[in-house]
Amino acid sequence: MYRYDGYDATMLEERVIQFRSQTNRYLEGKLTDAEFLPLRLQNGLYVQRLAPMLRIAVPYGMLSARQLRKLAFISSHYDKGYGHFTTRQNIQFNWPALEDVPDLLAHLAEVEMHAIQTSGNCIRNTTTDQFAGVAVDEIEDSRPYCEIIRQWSTFHPEFAYLPRKFKIAVCGTQEDHAATQVHDIGLYLRKNEAGETGFQILAGGGLGRTPVIGQVVFDFVERHDLLSALEAILRVYNREGRRDNKYKARIKILVRETGLETFREKVMHEWKQLRGGSLTLTDAEIERCKSYFQEPAYKALEPNPASLREALARDVLFASWFSHNVTPHKKLGYAAVAISFKKTGYAPGDVSEEQLNALAHLAERFSFGEVRVTHAQNVILADVEESELYNLYLSLAPDSLQADNLNKLSDIICCPGGDFCALANAKSIPIAEAIQRRFDDRDLLADIGEVSLNISGCMNACGHHHVGNIGVLGVDKKGEEFYQVSIGGSSKREAKLGKILGPSFAQTDIPSVVADLVSVYRERRLADEKFIDTVERIGVDPFKKRVYEKDQ
Amino acid sequence: MTSLIRNRNAVPNEWALLQSASGPDAFSALRGRKVLLPLELILSDEDEARAQLGAIGVWLDSHQDLASIENRIADFQLIALNFPVFSDGRPFSLARRLRLELGFTGEIRAIGDVLRDQLCFLERCGFNSFALRSDQDVDECLSAFDDFSSTYTATALNQEPIFRRR
Ligand code: HEM
Ligand code: SF4
Repeated sequence: MYRYDGYDATMLEERVIQFRSQTNRYLEGKLTDAEFLPLRLQNGLYVQRLAPMLRIAVPYGMLSARQLRKLAFISSHYDKGYGHFTTRQNIQFNWPALEDVPDLLAHLAEVEMHAIQTSGNCIRNTTTDQFAGVAVDEIEDSRPYCEIIRQWSTFHPEFAYLPRKFKIAVCGTQEDHAATQVHDIGLYLRKNEAGETGFQILAGGGLGRTPVIGQVVFDFVERHDLLSALEAILRVYNREGRRDNKYKARIKILVRETGLETFREKVMHEWKQLRGGSLTLTDAEIERCKSYFQEPAYKALEPNPASLREALARDVLFASWFSHNVTPHKKLGYAAVAISFKKTGYAPGDVSEEQLNALAHLAERFSFGEVRVTHAQNVILADVEESELYNLYLSLAPDSLQADNLNKLSDIICCPGGDFCALANAKSIPIAEAIQRRFDDRDLLADIGEVSLNISGCMNACGHHHVGNIGVLGVDKKGEEFYQVSIGGSSKREAKLGKILGPSFAQTDIPSVVADLVSVYRERRLADEKFIDTVERIGVDPFKKRVYEKDQ
Repeated sequence: MTSLIRNRNAVPNEWALLQSASGPDAFSALRGRKVLLPLELILSDEDEARAQLGAIGVWLDSHQDLASIENRIADFQLIALNFPVFSDGRPFSLARRLRLELGFTGEIRAIGDVLRDQLCFLERCGFNSFALRSDQDVDECLSAFDDFSSTYTATALNQEPIFRRR
């Protein structure tokens, strides 16, 4: 993974000093709340219902064992012994005290970590596919480009006060694991006919109150021109994005109100001035960034070894976990393993101090000392020898990390909701738990197969409910917590927004609503058809009918 | 009192500023002085202004763009960009365009809601003078330029991004 050189390290140290001074001036009353707000947000610090919340950047989801141990230390010293993986591959702590944050950031800096630009109206952490570098269907490893974008966007002096936050995702594989199309800018790596690497560039995607799928601004931008193209888009947005109404300030509204054609022309106008200038990437820089993401020292291994086959035959629970949580690897004899943080009874994405330490240990023992956080709030060990899978599986038990439900109904994406978040209309964690309890049956989950269920506690959509195959949204009905349910959403290549079924439901009804949806699917599905495909084929009506017929 | 920092030094401000509602009748009281005029007044009464005033500069509000003066920026010694509130990021882009793409060599001044913690990035975007909001501590502001010793991005001070310097 990327390692800091003297430049990176110095800038990070200086950032900690700068934020310490800002915090002190705020505590001395020299900065008003309004003036301190963007400064603390650009260092990841929200003020929440119970205490401040600090969001720490995990660039494109990669963490080393050393960093995991530092996060474990932070969770025990500054939090109540746990953290929370987010849908943008970051990690959040819910309890640090404001005056401790500068010290906490100094600890992070020791392991090349920070909270820079993890919130606020600036360019946020760039996200990507958790299988980058190991996926079977990869066009090119996205991480060197993510790192290039990270450096360009970090402390970019022109874009620190954008109209609103700005999120960029990069996808280098055929199947999209990064929800690329619902980002302010989505980048798909591709090759042109001459075999050159470049990017299809989408803009104007986003969730929140007004969910929008991004539109193609440029079909192919040669990789050396990546940064000038991004800068041109950002400049048009910074100049022309709406600042009069924060609910209309995202780039998606600008693209929609301007029209794609005109927006593209404006970008072209800026790009003409920037293209070919100093932002043009050099081969040396691309190679330098690639050098940090070289293949680890893979062994020549026999695929599907006898020891694995025997363990699968002997241990049915291992076989279940293997079939759900293990993904093929481009290298023979290796596998990518998902560790699910969706065990029933645990808040989705919550990770304890012990689990963080355990992850560090597992990474060192089984996967070259690294893990990746996924946008579905799970963790990947990307490079595990197949012959070690059973040992790995057994090692997960003491830390309650054996849940065998990846991409299944109980692998729920869920925001913090009303338990933690000041903006919530309704709780979301207890809903996730109620659904998980209702479906806490290995065989049933396996039979239902792949389905994404996403829950947000309000229309800000932190839990990606619009793009869940099943989406649950907390709404406020005269002071009571209700839930709107949608189906048919997807964050994959064929990204789609879900359709709302109809009137909202009381909290206690949600598990049976989900059960109704599942039973319609099981009755109507064709062989091998996934939930989303059945919805696509038969439409929303049969589901709607079943869910509401009891009321009649 | 508004303090002025120019090229990282606290200096007296010689420029008077006319508000955007002003008309050419305001010139006579400022005869012979250096005056910052709102863009509208430059477009309507520039000749008159040049005849009566000692020197003229132009100031733009954050929503205005450079198109109307883009091909003759060298006519102005001073271009000022206004921050109605410090969190309005539009002037950052205007300054970069002036300095880096249009090659303006005169003074670019930040006016309005100009605060200590914006200064470092303002300077990187091409501003070299800062009319501080009246409550700002000048010494604290002068220290802001040293918050960072390096940068990833190309800036007005160093026109190469980091990957061309590493
Ligand atoms: C608890 C404190 C949190 C607050 C106050 C908060 C606030 C917000 C707000 C206001 C938006 C809407 C922005 C807009 O539409 O322009 C938003 C969107 C979002 N947040 Fe959060 N959030 C919080 C926690 C989280 C967590 C824990 C996650 C991840 C699990 C997360 C991930 C996201 C994502 C993915 C979006 C949607 C991005 C988009 O609109 O394209 N947030 N958040
Ligand atoms: S979706 Fe709403 S309730 Fe959930 S974390 Fe975001 S802002 Fe809070």
